[in-house]
Amino acid sequence: MTTAVPAAQPRFGTAQILLALSVAILVIVVAVPVLLIFFNAFWVQGQFNVVDVIKVLSQHETYQALLNSLILASGVTVTGTIVGTFFAWLVTRTDLPFKGTMKVLFLVPFMLPSFIGALAWKMLLSPRSGYINRLFMDLLGLDGPVFDIYTYGGIILVETMYLFPFVFIQVAGALERMDPTLEESARISGADLFTITRKITIPLVMPSILSGSLLIMLYSMAHFGTVAVLGIEVGIYNIPTLIYEKIHQSAGSFASIRTGTVLASVLVVTAAFIMWLQNKVLARGKYQIIAGKSFRPSELKLRGLRVPMLLFCIAYIGFTIVLPTVTIFMVGGLRTYGLPFTAENMTLDNYKFILFDWQLTRDAIWNSVSLGFSAALITMTAGVIISYVIVKMKVRGKGILEFLGMLPFSVPGSVIALGVILAWSGKFGVNIYNTVWIILVAYIARYMAFSLKANSAALEQVHDSLVEAARASGATMWQALKDIVVPLVRPGMLAAFFLIFLPALRELTVSVLLYGPTTRTIGVAIYTLNEDGETVYSAALAGIALIIIVFGESVIKRLFKVGRKG
Amino acid sequence: MADVRIAGLEKRYGDHLVLPGLDITVADGECFTLLGPSGCGKTVLLRLVAGFEAPSAGTVAIGGVAMADAAAGTMVPPNQRGLGMVFQDYAVWPHMNVTDNVAYPLKLAGVPAEEMRRRASAAVAMVGLGGLEKRLPSELSGGQQQRVALARALVSEPRLLLLDEPLNNLDANLREEMRFEIKALQRKLGVTVFYVTHDQEIALGISDRLAVMDASGRLRQIGTPEEIYEHPADAFVFGFLGVSNFLPMRKGADGWLAGAALAPWSGIPPDCGGDVCRAGFRPSDVILSRGGEGLDGVVQRASFLGSTMDYLIDVAGTPVRAAMHSHECLEKGLMFAEGEACRVSLAAVHWFPGSDAEDAR
Repeated sequence: MTTAVPAAQPRFGTAQILLALSVAILVIVVAVPVLLIFFNAFWVQGQFNVVDVIKVLSQHETYQALLNSLILASGVTVTGTIVGTFFAWLVTRTDLPFKGTMKVLFLVPFMLPSFIGALAWKMLLSPRSGYINRLFMDLLGLDGPVFDIYTYGGIILVETMYLFPFVFIQVAGALERMDPTLEESARISGADLFTITRKITIPLVMPSILSGSLLIMLYSMAHFGTVAVLGIEVGIYNIPTLIYEKIHQSAGSFASIRTGTVLASVLVVTAAFIMWLQNKVLARGKYQIIAGKSFRPSELKLRGLRVPMLLFCIAYIGFTIVLPTVTIFMVGGLRTYGLPFTAENMTLDNYKFILFDWQLTRDAIWNSVSLGFSAALITMTAGVIISYVIVKMKVRGKGILEFLGMLPFSVPGSVIALGVILAWSGKFGVNIYNTVWIILVAYIARYMAFSLKANSAALEQVHDSLVEAARASGATMWQALKDIVVPLVRPGMLAAFFLIFLPALRELTVSVLLYGPTTRTIGVAIYTLNEDGETVYSAALAGIALIIIVFGESVIKRLFKVGRKG
Repeated sequence: MADVRIAGLEKRYGDHLVLPGLDITVADGECFTLLGPSGCGKTVLLRLVAGFEAPSAGTVAIGGVAMADAAAGTMVPPNQRGLGMVFQDYAVWPHMNVTDNVAYPLKLAGVPAEEMRRRASAAVAMVGLGGLEKRLPSELSGGQQQRVALARALVSEPRLLLLDEPLNNLDANLREEMRFEIKALQRKLGVTVFYVTHDQEIALGISDRLAVMDASGRLRQIGTPEEIYEHPADAFVFGFLGVSNFLPMRKGADGWLAGAALAPWSGIPPDCGGDVCRAGFRPSDVILSRGGEGLDGVVQRASFLGSTMDYLIDVAGTPVRAAMHSHECLEKGLMFAEGEACRVSLAAVHWFPGSDAEDAR
């Protein structure tokens, strides 16, 4: 009864061509690189070899990196979950003033690249030269720093600031959707508020908390930027930073590639496990909360704590968002890093220099914009076709597509980059290493999942009968696609485009493994300038990146608001 | 012209036979209904006629031209079959306003802009949506969207109109109203209509002829509404057209016995050519009395529904529904209470051979 339109065509043609094309794109771009990683890790001189893998894993360096990834990810997960849950509760279930504004502000960290944040915190809290540390040392005459950011604790704190929204979004959503009668009936049964919270509310939002914290774990595990900025200097490596170190220092020697692939395999397996766990948690949590409708939940009266809580939120936002952002712009305006912020030390020359004069930064901006644009365009288009086959067509073999489409969700950026190096540096006759093309291919692989998700969601809204109605009205298959399907999925396509374009603009993890002398991206340029001690230029470029990102985000918000009205 | 000839039509999905060899002929200008329970394959049949599915065997011809022929490999795509179609969920395009929706078939046909506008607004007016031309579907009620779908299906003056349960999602009053309107439009335009539904009231009310299909996709009877209602071919058809009672009968040594408890039957002897059969009758054909002719019964449930009294009566171990006019019950003192005894006789009976289990559904 629900057979899709193309199945009605008796002879095979369009459907099979589309299917073949989709499979080909996904296999070449996504599957081959990932498979090559496993192949390289487990296959030595034509033989399956686990002993070697264990040998690599038991080397002190790799073992320590695995442990660090685990320590950091666990730490960030715990703190991020606590922070996210607390603020989610505060903005949904209490009479905190300006709740709506606060809710929006708590989502801002999602927009900001965490490695730029890490950069700011390094400027503020590095043990010797950090501005805050120096201020307190001078003020109180201390011998040592107040807080050393180059530590596990420092890295965990910075990552928490940028990852807690994962829990915040999920829990705030669940608390808002939760049927208040569940709590009211407990109240009628004589339970006090504390008991209700403990016995009713927390168990009901538990799946959301868990699913959010697993997302934090997934991202933190595979996170490159913060650890690279704050950890490498003092020898704290996690899996992605060690992969980076191995690939970069040894100029692609066999042993280092192998270590990289083994680490990447561990990362893929862990990530896949976390994804699986998250799906399970979400599936289990489904029945517990009545979804969709927005109820008016009962609010806790904060009474005397109302103003202090508001001040606390403002302080948190000021400390985690405003302070680092201001620091970036201020340092970007300094004549020389380390000078005090006085009027005669400030200048706009740095910004002018990196925007107009310096080839390196101008290249980086151009590379990021053109790469982001092309990747978004290609991935959006391919995503529509593949989603169409997955959602709408009844052809044998589309199960493979669904699997391949889901694959990138659990493949971290550094793994994709490594796989792309293995696949596209001459091994199969194509060598695009050190060119922008290899970054483009990697971006397409990395962001394909976003595109599939947005486009599938849009296509699922387009009921088959809408297309059939067009066919019955006299439209050919292509006319029906053009007049009915495309206009209806256009918002989904647009969403996919920006879901790719904006993250690609600030991308670091993938491009840092793939860049060549002239193919730095904005992220890479900020990172390498900082490494080379060009702190003020690094900060200035970061400032410009922030402006571009905030501008882009607000354009999209405007665009989608208009789109929804029309 | 636009008659529809379906011959030996078969559809299978893999090993699953959905439609076993069907033969149906719909005359030009006729309103033909296919009536059957949910999931019997009637929508598949409609989709075969429309061209969204290809037959596994057999042929479909519209207006004397083969549209699909499994043996010859003919398969005319839906857009070349000259159809209008209304879907169960209306399938009104959400990004187009009423006029654009209705005008789309004309646009595809290459009708000049001026004529297109004129015909589209005539079609919109015809279904009573004048003044709502610029509305988007999201700003219309379900009934209005349904009218848009109908106008869109009729605007290009198709030779054949296919309707797939188009009234299902409407509330009862609207459903009745639309039923009359579709019938009136069909008469006015003379278009051939092929209507698929599981609602016997619509089928009886709208059709010139109808076919009753059972759950396995077989046709049980084709005929006018009167023929089918008055002379059902078998127990399935009788059971499908409204509330029905079946009283099992069995031939004993001294004559016929009725009900599960085998009470002696004193009425007209069954006429079904066997020793086991069933008496089929409507609730309205049950005559209740206090001590008159007929079988003994006990009232299990009595519901006052305004104009009628609805009784559930245990007759020799078999539950029987009876409906009587309330005023008649009041006049004749036949307002039974639950648990009261009564006498049951039957005004009109259809005799069906065999026992219940065999072919009721």
